[in-house]
Amino acid sequence: MKTFPKGGIHPPENKLTSGAAIKLLPIPESVTIPVTQHIGAPASVIVNKGDYVKTGQLIAAAQGFVSANVHSSVSGKINKIDTIVDSSGYKQPAVFIDVEGDEWIDSIDRSSEIITSVTLSREEIMKRCYDSGLVGMGGATFPLHVKLKIPEGKKCDVLIINGVECEPYLTADHRLMIERGEEVLTGVTILMKALQVEKAMIGIEDNKVDAIAHLTKLASDYKGITVHPLQIKYPQGAEKQLIKALIKREVPMGHLPIDVGTVVQNVATAFAVYEAVQKNKPLFERVVTITGKSLDRPGNFIVRTGTPVSKLIEAAGGMPEDTGKILSGGPMMGKAVVNTSIPVVKGTSGIILVPLKESQREEIKPCIRCGKCVSVCALGLEPYLMMKLSEKGMFEKAEIEGIANCMECGSCAYICPAGRPILDYVRLGKATVIKMARERRIKAQVIK
Amino acid sequence: MNSTILITIISLSLLALISAVILYFVAQKFKIVEDPIIDEVQAILPAANCGGCGFAGCRNFAESLVRAETFEGLNCPVGGSQVMNQIAELLGKVAPAVDPKIAVLLCNGTPENRPRTSIYNGASDCRISNSLYIGETDCSYGCMGYGDCVKVCTFNAMYIDTTSKLPVIIDEKCVGCNACVKACPRNLIELRKKAKKDRKIYVACSNCDKGAPARRACKVACIACSKCVKVCEFNAITIENNLAYIDASKCTFCRKCVAECPTNSIVELNFPPRKLKEEIKVETVTN
Repeated sequence: MKTFPKGGIHPPENKLTSGAAIKLLPIPESVTIPVTQHIGAPASVIVNKGDYVKTGQLIAAAQGFVSANVHSSVSGKINKIDTIVDSSGYKQPAVFIDVEGDEWIDSIDRSSEIITSVTLSREEIMKRCYDSGLVGMGGATFPLHVKLKIPEGKKCDVLIINGVECEPYLTADHRLMIERGEEVLTGVTILMKALQVEKAMIGIEDNKVDAIAHLTKLASDYKGITVHPLQIKYPQGAEKQLIKALIKREVPMGHLPIDVGTVVQNVATAFAVYEAVQKNKPLFERVVTITGKSLDRPGNFIVRTGTPVSKLIEAAGGMPEDTGKILSGGPMMGKAVVNTSIPVVKGTSGIILVPLKESQREEIKPCIRCGKCVSVCALGLEPYLMMKLSEKGMFEKAEIEGIANCMECGSCAYICPAGRPILDYVRLGKATVIKMARERRIKAQVIK
Repeated sequence: MNSTILITIISLSLLALISAVILYFVAQKFKIVEDPIIDEVQAILPAANCGGCGFAGCRNFAESLVRAETFEGLNCPVGGSQVMNQIAELLGKVAPAVDPKIAVLLCNGTPENRPRTSIYNGASDCRISNSLYIGETDCSYGCMGYGDCVKVCTFNAMYIDTTSKLPVIIDEKCVGCNACVKACPRNLIELRKKAKKDRKIYVACSNCDKGAPARRACKVACIACSKCVKVCEFNAITIENNLAYIDASKCTFCRKCVAECPTNSIVELNFPPRKLKEEIKVETVTN
């Protein structure tokens, strides 16, 4: 079975909710919608306190090209435009809405009929993606229209769809593939039209046998789409690793997938594209997995953006007594949040409640030079060295060692027998090196 | 003598002679000629290599001193005016008088004042913790207590107090070299002119949030009420971004602001205890 050749780890899968059908989470009494739910320039709020907004209405407009529109996920009155505490404890601007009913804007097609024929032109598709505020739903939230615009001189010959979901615990993409397969494949067809490619490959890890079987059967009706099972290994879902596994092309360091003729999109993004293009529905809700070993009723829910995480926990049976950490995202690359009033945003793939006895990190001991971190690094970097250089503040040398190429997957920190916080230091080094490189570029421009 | 031994001795001696000649010429060609006065200047410098002068170690500073036209802007904070005057005499220049400096921490967020609201489980490093999240309290500006500043101090002038969980600066050892100032990711340490008897008055807070959230996070936060500004007769206090700041160069240590501050945000160090008002009243009545 296909997989990427270098490195990788096998953390326990804990896919507790892979059999839980998607349910609708009831709309809360009030929502707080952040104006930045994407990578790029923050959106600018276009509504005022006291305004009545409908579900799907544009409330913040994208600023510039690398930015995204933000739409209201509920209907109601705007309480205030103020700051909320985000998952890191810092303040972010957000729109506070008191919910009144659930009135949608007229332009959205609310029928349940699945429309598989794609009638919009390529330009219309790109515009629809921009207007609907679509971003990458794999967690990175990169604005979709930017990724679909192929730079001059480059060509795309295959679209790769990421149905891997390699993070333990998360099952949102899995359920989407099983329950909304037709819509996902239509979304893929739309993306193929936008990128002007004839071929699309969907990669799915082998722990989702039902999804592989279901999509393979459906794909026979869709031209150019093939489904490929992949070996279970983390980080199989990382862009560069997925490209290497499926089409055996290597994206060079510092380059993007388009440089080897491909674009990668998540299945949830394909689903969002279907809804935006075929149903004229902007992005204001998504499937979120709420899971944890001590939870009463873990499951997968469709959640409106801006819903506080506490509502999800309530729907899953309430916060267990022994909760130690609450993670937004997966256990490898996710973030431990500071409180449960933070809102669900476009990039929230899952909320994991980790019991206290599994929450604590190991005692930090000195590096024993075993080299395990090097053997698991999927990018072929040397984590022990980059950590040491960051610790000592030798950032120039760290730059030469390629610290900026690290994708922060966490495999090195996971495998380290001495419990060393490798990823923490590499992140610090990476941020410093990127800042140094940016300052150098600015200085060079000034001199010119 | 055996001919083998003779040949061996002669050939090895010849080899050694040729090598010596080659090495001599190579040494002459690659010789670096340095002004011997640089060595003399370096001998006067304290050899701490702390970087407080802004140069890469004492040797680098010695070179810069020898090359410099004037000593304007050049100072060794460790050696102070004694060392600078000695070097000036040696080089036939004049060393400008520079005030010794000392570091203060603009935060008083002890666990009692600033309750912990989360537990941090990552690497014990202030830069890392600061880049990850707000910290273990609700104040996103305050000291995190993992001691990045202590780690860089080459003069053993700092340690983390186990009760207050904040860095403490030992006045006698601090030379004002600036290393801790640069190490702090939240820019909480400031260098100010050393006052007589090591007295200090400063606003021990760096929180730029409005009064209400600042006070919720920490009992002794500055709420920018401006009472200190009004009571200061020397215009030494300014408020910017919801935070009061005392300009040490204008402060006369009258302590009026310390008494006036409603949240006890302003700290006074190395002063004699105040006389209580009641005591003075009793004295006058009995007299």
